[in-house]
Amino acid sequence: MAKKATSDIRFAPTGMESPEKGGVQKGVDLPAATRKKHKSLGLTAQQLKDMYHQMYLQRRFEERAMQQYQKGKFGGFLHLYIGQEAISTGTVFAFNNDDDIITAYRDHGWGLCRGISANEGMAELFGKATGCSGGKGGSMHFANVKEHFWGGYGIVGGHIPIASGLAFANKYNANGRISACFFGDGAVDQGALHETMNLAQLWKLPTIFVVENNGYSMGTAAKRHTVAEIVDRAKGYGKKSAVINGMDVFSVYEKMKEIADDVREHSEPWFVEIRTYRYRGHSMSDPQKYRTKEELEEYQNIDPIERLKSYLVAEKVCNEAEISSIEESIEDEVLAAVTFADESPFPDQSELYTDMFVEDNPYFHV
Amino acid sequence: MAVLQFREALKHAIDEEMSRDERVFVMGEEVAEYNGAYKVTEGLLDKYGYRRVIDTPISELGFAGLGVGAAMNGLRPIVEFMTFNFAVLAADQIINHATKVKYMTGGQADCPIVFRGPNASAGQLGATHSVAYDSMYAHFPGLKVIYVSEPNDAKGLMKSAIRDENPVLFMESEQMYGLKGEVSDEEDFIIPIGKGKIKREGSDVTLVAHGKMYHLAVQAANELAKDGIECEIIDPRTVKPLDLELILKSVKKTNRCIVIDEAHPFAGFAAEIGFLIQREAFDYLDAPVLRVCLPDVNAPFSKPLFDAWLPSPKQIIDAVKQVSY
Ligand SMILES: Cc1ncc(C[n+]2csc(CCOP(=O)(O)OP(=O)(O)O)c2C)c(N)n1
Ligand SMILES: [Mg+2]
Repeated sequence: MAKKATSDIRFAPTGMESPEKGGVQKGVDLPAATRKKHKSLGLTAQQLKDMYHQMYLQRRFEERAMQQYQKGKFGGFLHLYIGQEAISTGTVFAFNNDDDIITAYRDHGWGLCRGISANEGMAELFGKATGCSGGKGGSMHFANVKEHFWGGYGIVGGHIPIASGLAFANKYNANGRISACFFGDGAVDQGALHETMNLAQLWKLPTIFVVENNGYSMGTAAKRHTVAEIVDRAKGYGKKSAVINGMDVFSVYEKMKEIADDVREHSEPWFVEIRTYRYRGHSMSDPQKYRTKEELEEYQNIDPIERLKSYLVAEKVCNEAEISSIEESIEDEVLAAVTFADESPFPDQSELYTDMFVEDNPYFHV
Repeated sequence: MAVLQFREALKHAIDEEMSRDERVFVMGEEVAEYNGAYKVTEGLLDKYGYRRVIDTPISELGFAGLGVGAAMNGLRPIVEFMTFNFAVLAADQIINHATKVKYMTGGQADCPIVFRGPNASAGQLGATHSVAYDSMYAHFPGLKVIYVSEPNDAKGLMKSAIRDENPVLFMESEQMYGLKGEVSDEEDFIIPIGKGKIKREGSDVTLVAHGKMYHLAVQAANELAKDGIECEIIDPRTVKPLDLELILKSVKKTNRCIVIDEAHPFAGFAAEIGFLIQREAFDYLDAPVLRVCLPDVNAPFSKPLFDAWLPSPKQIIDAVKQVSY
């Protein structure tokens, strides 16, 4: 057999920028959304309004945060969840309030959904003492443990085994709680996922592995970094699985409720792929050459917040005036949060040494 | 001499070695089509193609180990970690495999591989993105550890690292990539691994500082010179093997030494230098060897806490004054 020319050899799949390089790879294909209306999903009019309130809060909070970042009010990384709000919202409404949730660094939406106020969130971004993590964590480490939100984590895939540990403790104590771990499509490629998928199945842990597949891992399209359909990873572990349309809060709510009930009843893990899209760059410094404007627009045209708003009006759950008043109150809340964050004090210098150990006077090596 | 950015100096070194030796290839997250998270590999894909400049998934353990196997099987991988904070996931391959395979096989297999990327903190990136790992890796036998401070060193030492027949860890800093400096345009410019450099001469006190900390030492020395205190700055450039001779020679002249280290204090680089100086130059010391390093706590996010956490020129100045009696 003729030896292949070395110049033809390729390893990584290609596909960014130019057609010669394979053309831009499309991020994700969405499955169909649920056709059910809110009543058949068991959602009340008030719950729908609360959902809208929550999603709009997440959106405006981050838009204001971005503005403050650009003004130089705080530094570090800022990864925005904009576009993905239906996932946090649908899930939190579907779960019990004491079910345990843990996520990666794209965590603001999750925090707001699980009881972190706009004030505490914005103050955390600013690194202030009044922030949800006392200013020690910043954007990537929002947490509200008393509301069972165990925080955002910065090492890709690092928090996946931890979610199963939360589930282990829940099963151990037979407390009826379940856990869910949210991570990106990029994290699917980490060994931690595969070890934990096996453990969780073997030990029948009440946990849900959820991939928020937003099409990209930084500048790499999902199809360029991982093989086959992500959801099919479940098969190798005999795990129950589902694919959900993450641009529709009803679809997320419906399916996550069903799954949560199943996990609670049978104490068996699920692997779920929720397809979605992030509108902004990976973080604040991202030229976004890896995708087309058209693709972004395609998703913005099916924006989950706009979709819920149209539903609310079409189904006469709210009229335009009620929606405006929700939006205005959030606008005020978020602006007040900026002022609150700005005016809050930085942590005292002595805080550098707190939260390291449980003791009052721990040992520090000098 | 040409004035180059740190990232350009690294790229030139990699480029020259890739054109010189077809076995050299680059892999890592976003190194190819995105041109590198910090643009160190910019343009290399266009020049060398998809066979030799390879994007990886976020699978640090997998691709680091794959590099080890490729090195054992005759290639010369350059494995980029987006930062060494993420190389922790690959530590098994670096510590248990790359450093030990030659020994375990009684010398049958070599592992000529370079693991490179930014080390330590880069502003307010929080607890998991801010650790300096050079001391930790230097602890293990079988590895060479380099953490450079200037473009010229980056170029000369990167070329040496790629040519080295052993596993080499090459550390950089996100905050230095844009730093400009004169870089030798001598053909095939090489700096040998294990050779430090006197970067400022002085007779009053020796400052040992490498990586990002070198620049703090320069600031402190400039301030101290206004008070008539002349610091000698030694940049070891290579953490291991260490150019102890150069440090000792300087300490024997100044009789005082401050080590500036970006790691935490316990069993770090500074501790090691301090121990060696007392063992080899005890009689020459007019004051205890002091260190300026990170406190024994994690990196905080909040700006004022972070500023208090990171070593500062002021701390160096205070330490120098403390030993200048
Ligand atoms: C172990 C590790 N490797 C690399 C990184 C750098 N990094 C941060 S986010 C990211 C992309 C992750 O993409 P994905 O999992 O799809 O999540 P998304 O950002 O889309 O929410 C990378 C490579 C990291 N934080 N941790
Ligand atoms: Mg993603």
